[in-house]
Amino acid sequence: MYSVRLWSVRHARGLNAFYRGFEALLVGLHPMFQALGYERIERPVASVEKALKGLLFDCRMCGQCVLSSTGMSCPMNCPKSLRNGPCGGVRANGNCEVKPDMRCVWVEAYQGSQRIPGGTEAMEQVQLPVDQRQQGRSSWLDVARRKAGQSAAPGAAP
Amino acid sequence: MKFEDEPVPGYPLPILPGHTSPGRFERVLRAGGFAVTTELAPPDSADPEDVYKRARVFDGYVDAINATDGSGANCHMSSLAVCALLTRVGYAPIMQISCRDKNRIAIQGDILGGAAMGVCNMLCLTGDGVQAGDHPQAKPVFDLDCVSLLGIARTLRDDHHFESGRKISFAPRVFLGAAENPTGLPHTWRAQRLAKKVAAGAQFIQTQYCYDLPLLRAFLEQAEALGLFGKVFILVGVGPLRSAKTAEWMRKHVPGMHVPDAVIARLSGAQDQAREGRNICIELIQAMREMRGLSGVHIMAYRQEESVAEIVERSGVLQGRSPWFPERDIPQFSQRTAS
Repeated sequence: MYSVRLWSVRHARGLNAFYRGFEALLVGLHPMFQALGYERIERPVASVEKALKGLLFDCRMCGQCVLSSTGMSCPMNCPKSLRNGPCGGVRANGNCEVKPDMRCVWVEAYQGSQRIPGGTEAMEQVQLPVDQRQQGRSSWLDVARRKAGQSAAPGAAP
Repeated sequence: MKFEDEPVPGYPLPILPGHTSPGRFERVLRAGGFAVTTELAPPDSADPEDVYKRARVFDGYVDAINATDGSGANCHMSSLAVCALLTRVGYAPIMQISCRDKNRIAIQGDILGGAAMGVCNMLCLTGDGVQAGDHPQAKPVFDLDCVSLLGIARTLRDDHHFESGRKISFAPRVFLGAAENPTGLPHTWRAQRLAKKVAAGAQFIQTQYCYDLPLLRAFLEQAEALGLFGKVFILVGVGPLRSAKTAEWMRKHVPGMHVPDAVIARLSGAQDQAREGRNICIELIQAMREMRGLSGVHIMAYRQEESVAEIVERSGVLQGRSPWFPERDIPQFSQRTAS
């Protein structure tokens, strides 16, 4: 929901702190996820993720969440799906070129990023193009699998 | 400007150390010249002569010609085809690539194809939204954004493989550019955005129209503070405003365009508004010529392309230099360039 999405950016600091804890929990649950089978729990977890993040961020389930690097403003709500900052067409009032009644998600992202420790540095990272195969899949499970894999084998490719 | 090692003017040059393309545009910039580029509006036609006619009006006045890629989300001849036609006769085109209409498979194919046709310069853009153009019912693609597109183009050139990792046997030798909007929002983040594009592979920048020098100066100061001077060549977008009414319209309808009230007031107070528009453009170019950190101007004169020659001439921006064009060195044409 649009108004909730704006609220989430205003509360980026708290949400980011919560997510940090939640991510640690996810990584901790890796052995359990593995025992249950990642593919088996994919659909139920993805549907919970979609409901929750859909409410808070208007999440589009791209499957490779970058919210912590974009001030809790989901870049997939940009009509041009820009993941590396705003286009040149932001309106004088800070609204979107394509959808005049919507705030530019990147104007929001800049504001949100300033509320997150290290948020502005995170905005400088070049984001790779979206892997369309991940569309609809759970980012949470992806994070758990990747980060647990990384800490188990330091230096291994993610 | 003819280079000593130019076998036949307009043909690919040897690539000098530190250069990435065999093109004249990169040569001019790296030699410290103040470059002039312009924009060719691709025709709504399948006649190659329509392209050549549009290019000829710039002869002797510009270092490179941008071929727009469905600008304003309107359908025209493709930028790849326009560039291929232009390189056939030796012009130095800048191929604009927009992310709006093609996915990464098509775009990477165009980069290889363009380079094979002799295109030395490519400008990586996001593109206007489809709602802005004549086909609002079209599907917006946006598989990539301009920053990831820059990264992919650089990977093709420097690492010799596609985004998929599959190898290519001969890399495209191209000079890569991106756009920026110094007067766009959020002002404080624009230079940072430029830094991101440079990090992703941008070697030159052509900006949106810039009529606000204080904002441009602020942008350049931020860019310098970020250590970008010397890492990227910045060409500022300028153009003649035909009348106060056009300026008002553009301010309202062209995405990201900012025209200060003072400029509009000056236009509406003039007897000959079109001439005043050219005067404003010339004064801006002369001011930019003196600004530190700038490497050129990009003159966009949509539907008044013939005014580019007058603007370049009267501004004195080339300081006597005569950029190459197909018939420059044939005696009957050389008279104008000698003046």
